[in-house]
Amino acid sequence: MNLTGAQIVCESLVKEGVEVIFGFPGGVVLPFYDTLPHYPQLRHVLVRHEQGAAHAADGYARATGRVGVCLATSGPGATNLVTGIANAQLDSSPMVAITGQVARPFIGKDAFQEIDITGITLPITKHNYVVLSAAELARVFKEAFYIASTGRLGTVLIDIPRDVFTEEAEFHYPAKVTLPGYKTVLRGHPAQIRKAVQLMDKAHRPVIISGRGVTISGAYDELKELAEKAQIPVATTLLGISSFPENHMLSLGMLGMHGMACANMAIDKADLIIAVGMRFDDRATASVSGFAPNASVIHIDIDPAEIGKNVRVDVPIVGDVKNVVRELNKQVTSRTHVDWIRQLDIWRQEHPSTDIRGGEELLPQYVIRSICEVTNSNAIIVTGVGQHQMWAAQHFCYKKPNSLISSGGLGTMGFELPAALGAKIGCPEETVWCIAGDGGFQMTIQELATVVQERAAVKIAIMNNGYLGMVRQWQELFYGRRYVATPLSGPDFLKIAEAYGVSAMRVKTRGEVAPAIQKAMEHDGPFLIDFMIEPEENVYPMVPPGATLADIIEAPRKETVASGISPTVSNL
Amino acid sequence: MTINGKHTLVALVADRPGVLNRVASLFRRRGFNIDSIAVGHTEQKEISRMTIVVNGNAAMVEQARKQLDKIIDVIKISDITDESMIERELALIKVKTTPETRGEVIQIVDIFRANIVDVAPESLIVEATGDEDKINSLFKLLQSFGIKEMARTGRVAMTRGTPSA
Repeated sequence: MNLTGAQIVCESLVKEGVEVIFGFPGGVVLPFYDTLPHYPQLRHVLVRHEQGAAHAADGYARATGRVGVCLATSGPGATNLVTGIANAQLDSSPMVAITGQVARPFIGKDAFQEIDITGITLPITKHNYVVLSAAELARVFKEAFYIASTGRLGTVLIDIPRDVFTEEAEFHYPAKVTLPGYKTVLRGHPAQIRKAVQLMDKAHRPVIISGRGVTISGAYDELKELAEKAQIPVATTLLGISSFPENHMLSLGMLGMHGMACANMAIDKADLIIAVGMRFDDRATASVSGFAPNASVIHIDIDPAEIGKNVRVDVPIVGDVKNVVRELNKQVTSRTHVDWIRQLDIWRQEHPSTDIRGGEELLPQYVIRSICEVTNSNAIIVTGVGQHQMWAAQHFCYKKPNSLISSGGLGTMGFELPAALGAKIGCPEETVWCIAGDGGFQMTIQELATVVQERAAVKIAIMNNGYLGMVRQWQELFYGRRYVATPLSGPDFLKIAEAYGVSAMRVKTRGEVAPAIQKAMEHDGPFLIDFMIEPEENVYPMVPPGATLADIIEAPRKETVASGISPTVSNL
Repeated sequence: MTINGKHTLVALVADRPGVLNRVASLFRRRGFNIDSIAVGHTEQKEISRMTIVVNGNAAMVEQARKQLDKIIDVIKISDITDESMIERELALIKVKTTPETRGEVIQIVDIFRANIVDVAPESLIVEATGDEDKINSLFKLLQSFGIKEMARTGRVAMTRGTPSA
């Protein structure tokens, strides 16, 4: 049967089980948009900026585990996707980005709205394609979805010239993919697993560090079983948050630059680190040369290139986390580590990283804690990047798997709103809270229109301090309080919300917080709360740049008595 | 064998447009040092072979190898540095000659079992194949006469006996 390229694209998307496309039209994709209404199974979400399309596809993918799809026209449409594609790639989020391209005779001639998007996205995609004939389209789509959704997840870009959309070809969707250069190892090597078990059986102070790989693999039960069976405490990276329930007695919380003091101390003193689906990013390890100085390292990851990249590894195990941990569980000896656990408890009590001080100021930590209490941890938290992101990571108790969506690798401000939209569209039954900073929120604020048009009941909490908060904190701590380009004015967010048709309210005191959150939850539709938080609040604990995880700066102890103690550096 | 921290990687890649670009840009953005890349067809249709000489220590080259392996179009990659291998490259060297020096140049070329493929009144072109050391030595000797131009292909290598692919 002969179909046009545009029809083949739609048929292929349907074959891949795609239900939502986040996109923005333009000249060269007109043939595609003209064909789209004939495929009612494909819901199109019109964004207001292509960056929103990419972030929404990303949020959708992380929330549902399915491949997120975004679509843009050539030239500026394609380049506007770049940040979102890079963001998804760095956090191993499965995405297929489709871009239109000028017609084939015009390629390479600096035509109107022509851009070499495949060249531009080479470093930020797992693979990319320019499709030069309609006959190739089906195979390309089959391959693209396969590559995006297997092994280490990532982004694939497909660039389609306008005249390929209109060209006709025989449509046959391939049953299989032939990619001799793409192999994934899913099962860990038995000898390596045995070695790992030996180390685990002998260790006295073991720590598991759990990352996004656990969430992607769906290995929550396996991880819990391992931790409980061998009684090993679990710290998580930022993206590993909610891979292990934080109300569990073995949970240490997040590690790293703004991690919990007890998590960092545990790693510093450990004699065995079991890294599961994490990549030893510098935010997590702090100074690599001083990382876990007394520990052997077992590294379980699906990407062999990550093993040994940053940290010396004693037992590398390449494989899918779920498979490997399941095998470990079969062989590892049931153990207790009473002294070690007791020591960790002492550290936890002496260094309460999540205490919120009393007083009148509206503290962002208090707002996050309240959202946690009102929702009873039954929500998906989507954050932007900055101080508010760290507070959201620290002060919400994550009990449900996959309940935090955050930009870790690229750290993209403005991720929060479109990603929350994508998550809500993917999981309409879930409560989705978008935790935004006033700076980042202004970067993708236009997607409020999409939220309204799509009737996505996203709850938005703006942590409004009038600063580019995290940069200001660094300027305070390391640049003599010289606040250059960080005082950040913004609009009256309530008026903006009203203009877009979103219900909103402002909160200025602690007493108003819980009722406002409650009101947002009860409101049928999107709701925005502008929290006017303490302007110069800092994120603690902090491991400063160049320091090791042992060098933790903690919050000054301002009890009810104002004592003006300067931040203490605990060098353990 | 590792010469001066140089490792020889052999990659079999899908013969698709842009593959060389993918490999080269990977090296650039990850800061790996390429000494040379030689690429060409193989005995199998649709598969090209790249011989890449990388400068670096073992850990860095291992990381380079693993990152290359992630490229979808790279089918297989091996570090054959420590294996018993044949390595060759081709050089074309345009040497300045005068009637007085031509004879000596020809003698040197003969000693190296190289060929003269072009003669002109004031220069001649030497074609030489051999391993890196041989080409380097020939180049040094010819330098004293004055070299107008030189083109080297970079290393092509293959393990002895069983195929490296």
